[in-house]
Amino acid sequence: MSSRTGEPPVDSNVSAARATGSVPLLELRDLRLDLPVNGELKRVLHDVSLEVFPGEAFGLVGESGSGKSLTARSIARLLPRGAVSSGEIRFDGESVMDLSGSALRRHRIGAVSMIFQDPRAHTNPVRSIGDFLTEVLVKELGVPASEARRRAVQTLGEVGIADGERRLRQYPHELSGGMLQRVMIACALLAEPRLILADEPTTALDVITQSEVIAILDELRRERGLALLFITHDLELAAAVCDRSAVMYAGSIVELQTSQQLNNEPLHPYSAALMAARPSVDVTSRRLAAISGRPLSAFETPFGCAFAGRCPHRQPRCVETAQELRAVAGGLVRCCRAEELRGLLTVGEEAEVQTRA
Amino acid sequence: MHEQVISAEGLRKVFIARGASAGDGKIVAVDDISFMVSDGGSLAIVGESGSGKTTVARMLVGLTRPTAGRIVIAGQDRTKPCKRSSKRQARGRDIQIVFQDPYSSLDPRQTAAQSIEEVLKLHFSLSRADRADRVQRLAGQVGLDERQVGARPRALSGGQRQRVAIARALAAEPKALVLDESVASLDVSIQAQILNLLADIREQTRISYVFISHDLAVVRQVADHVLVMQHGRAVESGSTEQILGSPEHPYTKLLRSSVPGRGWKPARRNARQA
Repeated sequence: MSSRTGEPPVDSNVSAARATGSVPLLELRDLRLDLPVNGELKRVLHDVSLEVFPGEAFGLVGESGSGKSLTARSIARLLPRGAVSSGEIRFDGESVMDLSGSALRRHRIGAVSMIFQDPRAHTNPVRSIGDFLTEVLVKELGVPASEARRRAVQTLGEVGIADGERRLRQYPHELSGGMLQRVMIACALLAEPRLILADEPTTALDVITQSEVIAILDELRRERGLALLFITHDLELAAAVCDRSAVMYAGSIVELQTSQQLNNEPLHPYSAALMAARPSVDVTSRRLAAISGRPLSAFETPFGCAFAGRCPHRQPRCVETAQELRAVAGGLVRCCRAEELRGLLTVGEEAEVQTRA
Repeated sequence: MHEQVISAEGLRKVFIARGASAGDGKIVAVDDISFMVSDGGSLAIVGESGSGKTTVARMLVGLTRPTAGRIVIAGQDRTKPCKRSSKRQARGRDIQIVFQDPYSSLDPRQTAAQSIEEVLKLHFSLSRADRADRVQRLAGQVGLDERQVGARPRALSGGQRQRVAIARALAAEPKALVLDESVASLDVSIQAQILNLLADIREQTRISYVFISHDLAVVRQVADHVLVMQHGRAVESGSTEQILGSPEHPYTKLLRSSVPGRGWKPARRNARQA
């Protein structure tokens, strides 16, 4: 469809941030993770590599079981017992996998903070909001209690909770889901981390609250120059929040490029299919372009392309050869047909199915 | 004109809060809500969390008793709870509900087949062979394969469980189905499958739907009419095209502009709102 003249040099988008001379804050190299399933180790992450630069918002998009949460948990070293990982995770040049004891605690407090999908499951119902917000400051960072409360009230104000003093005395059950999620964000910010890992922070919220929480997160992140790893299943949300995004499927990154490009011209058939399957608020489709079958777990993946079984563009070579993440059109994609399919994924065979009523 | 399958008039629900500090402890969850759903029609009730939409759903299926108002389903007045279990069972044949969370709405000890069969046993007198036949047909209709039909919820994914819940609801051959955020927790690719499935079933059986949802894109896909609720009240209602295409009430506009999409800018609402 679009003109292909003036092709930008390969990999230009992906390395845009690097071009400015900055060093990645977070670097994953060939991260592999095995988890015990019924007493047997199963591979759940296949060679995940990505970089997040200081101040950058990076999206990790995928369906359940794609490995996006486990990637984030690997970075915070919050993995289940028995997990075996290999590869490299570097935060500010330091190897996260080698951290232990107090160094690991410092990493979890001052380096990365995590915001979870369900704030109710990650707050202690018998402890007040005040205890929750000041615990780390007082116990770990040695901030006097009164100063910690003052900072907590101030940060609550920044996330849009005006009557902080009163809120500190309340308990999680007295707050709505959206309100509690804002408390979680305040908590994540209070330790002044350099990277926020937000794992589906708005999935449990309704659209209006989501819009608000995202606005708060985005605004505060920019003000403080924080990097963000934003995990979501919603490509459009990722596009609105993130500079670059990676799409994960069955434990692998299948595509990585700028969020805008990803939305305009996805390179991987899975990214395109994911987008086509989502109903649109603007038009009614006669029929949604559902992806046949179900998402595979990482340990079920066959040789070759993990998505091949559900892919309308499958060819024998897709499953006969190992699929590597390659530079195509300014992005990275794990599909051997990426070049020939360019521009066809959004208007190709599925167009018929997508016919708008 | 189609026959009305569901008619709700002036529904109101007041909850008495125990030990609440606010006011006299009365919470008006639903306040004067009226709507009709025609035979084969599909109505979406939208609004943010706490707007009262789930309370409406629960009143429709008789899980919550309205404080005031009238509910008529398939020509029968449903406002008051029934005294006899046989009557309650008859009501169950007219309207069924699929809940949001398939993890907690299925019995963990029943296989998908047993769970569907239980409904058939309750509502129809069929021979064992006929029942097994019907289970297979229902399972096929919602796209469950043989392994999944024999599996307990633990061994099924969220999407598969939700299909079991839908098959189970359809087993009673109801005239209307209430779907309370039933696709919200599903992956996008599975959600599309379920939405297509629901559209097919409506086309084939002329069943009526009441969708409770805050996802306007899903609503656009499945509903003919939309009722927008805020703080328990109806703020706007009309055809889906009208409500999503040219919303008039400020709240509907806010709801509409909060959906992420091209050129979307997340906005902070008044910070004082809880």
